[in-house]
Amino acid sequence: MALHLAIVLAPLAAAIIAGLFGRWIGRSGAHCVTIAAVGASFLMSVIVLLGQLEPGALPQNETVYTWLVTDGVRMEIGFLVDRLTALMMCVVTFVSLMVHVYTIGYMHEDPGYQRFFSYISLFTFAMLMLVMANNFLQLFFGWEAVGLVSYLLIGFWYTRPTAIFANMKAFLVNRVGDFGFLLGIALLLASSGSLDYATVFAKAPQIAQQTMEIAPGTTWSVMTLACILLFVGAMGKSAQMPLHVWLPDSMEGPTPISALIHAATMVTAGVFMVARMSPLFEYSETALSVVLVVGATTALLTGFIGVVQHDIKRVVAYSTLSQLGYMTAALGASAYAAGIFHLMTHAFFKALLFLAAGSVIVALHHEQDIRRMGGLRKHLPVTYWTSLVGSLALIGFPGFAGFFSKDALIEAVELAGRAGASYASFCLIAGVFVTALYSFRMFFLVFHGKERLDEDARHHLHESPLVITVPLVLLAIPSLVIGWPTIGATLFAGYFDAAIFVMPGNDVLARLGSDFHGAGGFLLHGLTGLPVLLSVAGVAAAWYLYLYRPAVPEAIATRVAVLHRLLVNKYYFDDFNEKVLARGARLTGGALWRFGDVAVIDGALVNGSARLVAWAAAIVRLSQSGYLYHYAFAMIIGLALLVYWTLGGV
Amino acid sequence: MIGLTHYLVLSAVLFSIAVAGIFINRKNVILLLMCIELLLLAVNFNFVAFSRFLDDPAGQVFVFFILTVAAAESAIGLAILVVLFRTRRSINVQELDVLRG
Repeated sequence: MALHLAIVLAPLAAAIIAGLFGRWIGRSGAHCVTIAAVGASFLMSVIVLLGQLEPGALPQNETVYTWLVTDGVRMEIGFLVDRLTALMMCVVTFVSLMVHVYTIGYMHEDPGYQRFFSYISLFTFAMLMLVMANNFLQLFFGWEAVGLVSYLLIGFWYTRPTAIFANMKAFLVNRVGDFGFLLGIALLLASSGSLDYATVFAKAPQIAQQTMEIAPGTTWSVMTLACILLFVGAMGKSAQMPLHVWLPDSMEGPTPISALIHAATMVTAGVFMVARMSPLFEYSETALSVVLVVGATTALLTGFIGVVQHDIKRVVAYSTLSQLGYMTAALGASAYAAGIFHLMTHAFFKALLFLAAGSVIVALHHEQDIRRMGGLRKHLPVTYWTSLVGSLALIGFPGFAGFFSKDALIEAVELAGRAGASYASFCLIAGVFVTALYSFRMFFLVFHGKERLDEDARHHLHESPLVITVPLVLLAIPSLVIGWPTIGATLFAGYFDAAIFVMPGNDVLARLGSDFHGAGGFLLHGLTGLPVLLSVAGVAAAWYLYLYRPAVPEAIATRVAVLHRLLVNKYYFDDFNEKVLARGARLTGGALWRFGDVAVIDGALVNGSARLVAWAAAIVRLSQSGYLYHYAFAMIIGLALLVYWTLGGV
Repeated sequence: MIGLTHYLVLSAVLFSIAVAGIFINRKNVILLLMCIELLLLAVNFNFVAFSRFLDDPAGQVFVFFILTVAAAESAIGLAILVVLFRTRRSINVQELDVLRG
């Protein structure tokens, strides 16, 4: 227990030191203390993971502190550490550590250096609280805390209007998701009377029997409703359609946090949460179908947008959206382990891709438009090779980490017999081609072809310093090899047995596992499969379109202008939100303000009562003439009346 | 023979004159003070008359108290009057309306 507390509290302490005393400890002090704390957290997480990997290791569920007990509901802080949690802890702290180191190089000119380190350490703390929670209250705390830090970091350069717009947008869209999440938690609390995971999960079969009436005459399964509400929260945090609009805009923040928060860890919190809640989701076929369809739709449609983006970070952001859709679809197919497995590999290669993009941006003095790059291969060799590894892992090239996770995931979705499964597997397989197309479009445009740099950038061009390239290499290694040794254990050998619950009838991974004979066999099997062919075709298409015949994409764009405009405008989600939802809310608010607040409350109630008093007083004050004889007269009259009153009755 | 009634009538007449003086007088604060004295004297008349006719000396003792208080009160009243005159250069009742609402 002390170990678990130390893992969580070390980054918090570092965040406080770097945040409040940053001026005294200076720049090097700030990065030393935060890196030391996150590094310690990482080492301790590895110890926890190794402990969980020992045969016969049991999940540890312990309560650290009871905040309050009210009406039988215990609000506690506690840790549930099982293999799922341990894996997440290692991924979070490892990526966070890499990003901390990388930040030394990326932010070295920034005046907000200490503040940045304080924020990312705080984020590590919040994310660890989220994954290690053993109750819904703490989960919600972590959920909101990562959202807060995300808000702070998107708006890190707070003098830019676009950054302020983006962080407000992220905050508001997440509010929509969190509203659903909170309602889901409340519904579970109401139907089970507890916030504790273990208690709620134990009562899942009873909750699944309950029904409730929302509108008169309609009957809803409580479990379905609760799961869908929880998933709305996941849609906000993990940026699933239609709540995905904040993630591309969040690229306004510095690149290290795009890697840490908006690619590797925070946005996967929704995926993690659904996997954690697998004992609940398994009881609702409807909710799982919703998850499946939303995930698959996101995976395909956001991939298309990635093909037409010109900002290097936005391309990676749309690929993140698409990959999150893959993970979500895996959850919907009851292949939770595959979703988490993809989450892990994705954390490595997507953090790598973001950091590599950041390296390119630094080398070009904050140029982000891929139309003004090209031919960087010989100038940035380390960035080039690590990006290649990351891109190959992303498109699922055989042997790379992403191949194992994505292939297993797609096969699992194919096997799922659930409503929407065939649609989902179509989306996911088509998505493979799109993924390869946009990844290598960006790769070719940045690193190959003609140099389209402006003079100033060409003059400063140089490979990034060691603090940037070392994290790239360290992330490239797991992106390359992590799939091979771990696929068997995580997916088929029951690694997650104690953490993830799957109904026997839904267990697609078990069916997949009956054909599984080691990672090598899986690789050979995958080589002949459709996804690998499609990803190779995607790379070939990207090569043809952007290197061999660079004029063709223009021609296609003008030929199908309608489609192109649809993609460039991101399916008009932003326009809809801004013109209908945001404007509607502002108009409603304005009307309520003008009528309810200004007219009724301020006008009639507050100022009205004051005006009434003033009016009455203006009349009464006329009796105060100030002449002595008037007062004397009043006294005499009063006295006479008093005498009459006391004696008159006689 | 002069009876109790005569005294009471005299007292009532004095009282009424004093009250009328307070109301009708619009000029002089000194007159107001004199009227208040007259009010008290009218009351004293009642006390003395009742004391004589009811054979109870307590009434006359009371008169002494009232006279003492009245003397003290007119001393204070005159002192206020002097101060008032110093600040406002007037003791005209009509002009003393600073307490008007």
